[in-house]
Amino acid sequence: MSYYRGMTTQVVAITGHKGDKGEAYFAKPEGDGPFGAVVLIHHMPGWDDWIMEAARKFAHQGLMCIAPNLYFREPGSPDDQAAKARADGGVSDDQVVGDVEGALAYVRARKDSNGKVGVMGFCSGGRHAFICAARIPSMNAIVDCWGGSVIVEDPAQLTPKRPVNPIDYAKDIQCPILGIFGNDDKNPDLAQVDKTEAVLKSLGKTYSFHRYDGAGHGFFGSERPAYRVEQALDGWKKTYAFFHQHLG
Amino acid sequence: MCTYIVEKTPLMGAAKGPQGWVSIDTANVYFDHPFHAPLDHSLNIDFINERDGLSQRIAVELSADSAMRLVESILSALKQGEAAHS
Repeated sequence: MSYYRGMTTQVVAITGHKGDKGEAYFAKPEGDGPFGAVVLIHHMPGWDDWIMEAARKFAHQGLMCIAPNLYFREPGSPDDQAAKARADGGVSDDQVVGDVEGALAYVRARKDSNGKVGVMGFCSGGRHAFICAARIPSMNAIVDCWGGSVIVEDPAQLTPKRPVNPIDYAKDIQCPILGIFGNDDKNPDLAQVDKTEAVLKSLGKTYSFHRYDGAGHGFFGSERPAYRVEQALDGWKKTYAFFHQHLG
Repeated sequence: MCTYIVEKTPLMGAAKGPQGWVSIDTANVYFDHPFHAPLDHSLNIDFINERDGLSQRIAVELSADSAMRLVESILSALKQGEAAHS
């Protein structure tokens, strides 16, 4: 693979949950492929500059990446859409799974796809990625970046939109799992990450967890004070290696 | 962390945005990742009119410290105003 290959990006149409017509940012490396692909799930603030930048990083690494706008049903700009989604208490897990299936179908239908697709998400998107990896059996790999509330301690926190404790889905994950966490994070905190790992271990899952000292929540975000350059570079390096291994 | 916590507060008043003055009847208040402010977490307020939806909102994203100062300033101004006009 030549380094710093070119790429093309575009906003593409996807068919999401219940057949709803949505949109996604799509980045593709230069060339005919075939390429593996990553479905990238944004965090609560929505379809922002950061998620586009992250999508392009994968194209530079020779992988296709598609980042669906999980708030496409709302009117307005992406930040207005996020404001509406937040005011409504977020989107439902079922809807996210349906939209991710739509994004996955888009990339698998392409002639330059090798058929292998992984999922990755940040923060609430990490939680969503965990759920999608369990509920979409054809998923080939998952990277969970500091997904919060994967373990719900208080059943009162379960809602009609989020009715299942994500850790209860763990038994259904059949693909390899990479977890990236900051040791100063409060959600998930050290104990929660340990509990998640213990469950995966007891179930015999294929996983690799990486915990970073000196980093908290969202430490890949180069536009935010939480950015930790050394830890982020290592985390990205592990992410690329993981996806190349399982999606190559 | 990404949270799903939103405090909705009924209001009566008006706010000015790019389209001029609009009536507002609700404030959605939450503490979470901002969309634009260079902060990890921020106190976010969307001033809206429920009838018009979120696309007509007047939005602010404030650091926690500045949000607390704003709360104190609002309370202080109200207290002084009530004393001056009573």
